[in-house]
Amino acid sequence: MLLKQLSVFLENKPGRITQVTKVLDEIGVNITAFNIADTSEFGILRMIVDNIDVALQALKAQGFSVRTTQVVGLVVPHQPGGMHQALEHVDKAGIEIEYMYAFAYNSKAAVIIKADDTQKLVEVLSGSGYHVLQEGELIQD
Amino acid sequence: MIWNEHAECMDREQLLKLQNERLRNMVSRLYYNVPFYRKKFQEAGIDPGDITGIHQLKDLPTTTKQDLRDNYPFGLFAVPQSEIVRLHASSGTTGKPTVGGYTRADLRIWSEVVARSLYAAGVDKNDVVHVSYGYGLFTGGLGIHQGAQKIGATVIPASGGNTKKQLQIMHDFGSTVLACTPSYALYLADTMKELGMDPSELKLRRGIFGAEPWTEEMRREIEAKLHLKALDIYGLTEVIGPGVAMECEHQKGLHIFEDHFIPEIVDPNTLQPVPHGQVGELLFTTVTKEGMPLLRYRTRDLTTMTVEKCACGRTLARLNKFLGRSDDMLIIRGVNVFPSQIESVLLEMSETEPHYQLIVDRVNNLDILEIRVEVNEAFFSDEIRQMENLAKKIKANIESVLGISAKIKLVEPKTIERSEGKAKRVIDLRKLVD
Repeated sequence: MLLKQLSVFLENKPGRITQVTKVLDEIGVNITAFNIADTSEFGILRMIVDNIDVALQALKAQGFSVRTTQVVGLVVPHQPGGMHQALEHVDKAGIEIEYMYAFAYNSKAAVIIKADDTQKLVEVLSGSGYHVLQEGELIQD
Repeated sequence: MIWNEHAECMDREQLLKLQNERLRNMVSRLYYNVPFYRKKFQEAGIDPGDITGIHQLKDLPTTTKQDLRDNYPFGLFAVPQSEIVRLHASSGTTGKPTVGGYTRADLRIWSEVVARSLYAAGVDKNDVVHVSYGYGLFTGGLGIHQGAQKIGATVIPASGGNTKKQLQIMHDFGSTVLACTPSYALYLADTMKELGMDPSELKLRRGIFGAEPWTEEMRREIEAKLHLKALDIYGLTEVIGPGVAMECEHQKGLHIFEDHFIPEIVDPNTLQPVPHGQVGELLFTTVTKEGMPLLRYRTRDLTTMTVEKCACGRTLARLNKFLGRSDDMLIIRGVNVFPSQIESVLLEMSETEPHYQLIVDRVNNLDILEIRVEVNEAFFSDEIRQMENLAKKIKANIESVLGISAKIKLVEPKTIERSEGKAKRVIDLRKLVD
C-alpha cells in the first residue's frame, strides 16, 4: 500500500530543475506529483512518477544523487474539514509527519505523506476508511 | 631608530665571520645532541668538523615541517627538557601542532629580535603597545609582549576578540601602537566606523602587522583608515615566532636578523641557492637557538632577497614581498591550514566522500573559508533535517581540527572540478600578492 517516491538532491543553481525534467521528458516518464523542499544552500526535489525504475536509472546515469523513499498517498474528501479529520486520526495514533504535499488526483484531492512510521500510517488511515493509493492507481491513461 | 646598532649595522664581512662561527658551533650541537640530525649527517657522509662556514650550507640537509611532525613533540630538541622553559605551538596538519621549545637564552634572543623590530618601526618606551595577537600557544601575543616590555613600552595584553572592548581600551588607555594581523586591523577600522568612532579619537601612530600575507593595497587602506604607519613583521613558530624579520620605517623590505637566523633563497626542487635577486623558497638556519635549533628549515614561502645597505643604516639583508608558497598551505585568519587536514576529517567520517573544494575569500576584511563537499547516494537523505545535521557535523569536525570555523556547502556529485583526475582543491579569491 506504499508508494515509491523519487528524491533528487539539487544545488540552488539556476536551471537545475529543468535539467531533471529534461531527463524525464526524454525517457517519456510522467510526473504525477512533485514538491521541492529548499534551504538557502540546496533543495530536494521529490516526485511521484509513473515509471520510477526507468527514471531512477536515467537520473543516476546523468550524475544526479537520487534515492527512493516510501511514502503514503492519501485521497481526502475535497471539502472543508476533509484534511483535518484525516490528520486527527494520524495524531491520535502518535504518528509524526515529516513532510507532506498535495496534488490533484483525477478530480479529487490527494496528499503524499512521509511519516516516521509509514506502515502504521497506512494501517491507521485504511482502518479509518480512507482511500490509500496503491502504486498502479496513479498511472493514468 | 636602531635598538642594537652593533648587530644590525655590522660590516657584512664581520657579520659573515660571526655567522660562520655560530654555524660551526650549531652543527656540532646538532650532531652530538639531536639523533635526527646526526643520522642525516651520517647518511650524507658529512663530519661536523668539515663545516667551516655558511658557504657550505647548500651541502647540508634541510629540515621540513614533516620532519617536525615525525619527531613530534620534542624529538628535535637539542637540550634536556629541564633546560626548556617555554613551549609554543602552531596549528599543524591532522591535528598535530608544530612545537617550539625555548630555553632561557632562546627567550632572551626572541625578546631581543622583537625589541629590534619594534625600534625599527619607531616604537620606544614612550609608547603604549596594544597587543591584539592571540596569547597562548600561538607565538604572536607573547612574542610581541616580551619585546615591547624589553624596550620599556607600556604593554596592553589585549589578546584577540571582543573588538568593541578593544576599541574602548585603545581609546581610554591611549594606545599608540597596534600589533595584530592586518586583516584584524581592517576589521577594527570597520567596527570603528560602525560605532561612529573617528580614528582621530585614538592616538595610534604605528601598526605592527604580521602572521599572514598582505598587499600594498591593504597597507594603504589600513594606514588611511586607522591614521597610522603600517609595518610588516615576519616570523614563524619553528624559527622562533614574530621577529625573524621586520620592516623599518622606509618600508623597503623586511630586515632579517641575520646574526641569529641565516636566510637562504633556494630552488624548491634542487634546494640549491638561486642567483641573487631571483625568486625562490626561503630557508632559515637558526644558529643561536638552543632549544630547537633547525638547519635549513624550509618555510615554503616564496620570495626574493636584497643585500644592499638600507637607507635606515642597517646592513642586514631584506626580504621583499612574499609571492606565494611552494606547498598548498593557506593562512586563514592567521591560522595555517593544509587541504590535507580537511581531507582527513572527511575520510574519517563514514558519511562523506573525500571530494571537496576550499573556497577562501575575504569579506569585510575577514577571511572566509567555505568547504564544498560532494553529496553522494550513500549519505543523501530525503529529509532536509538530516542533510543539515550532516553539514553541521562536518562543520564541527573541521572546527575541532583546524580551530577555525568554516561554512559547509553540500554540492551535487561530480560537480567539483577534477583536473586530470585530481580535484582542484583550493580556490583562493583573496588578493594577497600585489
